[in-house]
Amino acid sequence: MIGAGKIKQYTNVLDKPLNKGRHEVSLGAFAYLFSELVQYNQTQVDNIGELERRLEDAGYAVGTRVLELLCNREKGNRRETRLLGILSFIHSTVWKVLFGKVADSLEKGTEHEDEYMISEKELLVNRFISIPKDMGSFNCGAFVAGVVRGVLDNSGFPAVVTAHFVPVEGQQRPRTTILIKFAEEVLRREARLG
Amino acid sequence: MAPAVPRSGDAIFANVERVNSELFTLTYGAIVRQLLTDLEEVEEVNKQLDQMGYNIGIRLIDEFLAKSNVTRCVNFRETAEVIAKVGFKMFLGVTATVTNWDSEGTSCSLILEDNPLVDFVELPETCQGLYYCNILSGVVRGALEMVSMKTEITWVRDMLRGDDAFELQVKLLKQVPEEYPYKDDE
Repeated sequence: MIGAGKIKQYTNVLDKPLNKGRHEVSLGAFAYLFSELVQYNQTQVDNIGELERRLEDAGYAVGTRVLELLCNREKGNRRETRLLGILSFIHSTVWKVLFGKVADSLEKGTEHEDEYMISEKELLVNRFISIPKDMGSFNCGAFVAGVVRGVLDNSGFPAVVTAHFVPVEGQQRPRTTILIKFAEEVLRREARLG
Repeated sequence: MAPAVPRSGDAIFANVERVNSELFTLTYGAIVRQLLTDLEEVEEVNKQLDQMGYNIGIRLIDEFLAKSNVTRCVNFRETAEVIAKVGFKMFLGVTATVTNWDSEGTSCSLILEDNPLVDFVELPETCQGLYYCNILSGVVRGALEMVSMKTEITWVRDMLRGDDAFELQVKLLKQVPEEYPYKDDE
């Protein structure tokens, strides 16, 4: 048939066209993969702090790449430079692309100037995870905290990001809050920019 | 109750909850990177990926059988078709094709043109022996073992190594009869 060609073989991954991001896999596939990630890391560490750190590191790598991908695809190669801008980028765009919906809420901390919180009723990664009692306050949302930290760090907003369970009245499973604590320099820069 | 009709891969995939494949791809990349940093030997990473796939496969088969309503496969040919058309579609959203049957019908190849695990991936020179998608071979092996088939799965073609598709060779070693953990007369 004239005109029908074989699919071009791209030798370099950077030459391949970037797909539109509509492709999907089943939730089960992701949940199994995530559970294997957690199980593998459990064998490599001795305590919960280490486990959270390793999950966060894995998330950090994802966050770095998600930032590059989304800045290119969704925002035409423009990167946020203001604090509220990057926070709403994470809360809407990043969350929508990764989890299919915007985050439930974005709040400013009342006690400290440098704290912000993103809350979610049930994190996608925690859907099929139950924490045994002897693991105390361990939260697999550390992976998501790592993603957020990856996005923030690589946009020039160094921060410490952690995930916490917050029990809610009338709900059996607690809400998850991602707590973002920005570094000093970020606040100073924001103040200077006015 | 009327026997349930087996559903096609597309129908099931439309009914299960789905997530963005990029989250899946990036998480898998993070896992492989962690393994490479911890284990350092490419062979060890291959083995670990296969083991992780095996652990996933033994649980995945339950979800597969529950959601797809397939009837018992009569022979290995049917099994391979079901895996390629229903199984892959249901979990990864892509279908595979089955080819290269040998004369006894115990060995075939599953060909994947499109693989969500390898979007954006390039293998560096230091990792040339790595089977990046080895988790898939573990998944198929684990799932088939839970339905009494012992198989051996190897990679024939790998797009990350310059071939034009992913080809998995599935070889049936033997059918293990079901063993019950309790005695019948107790």
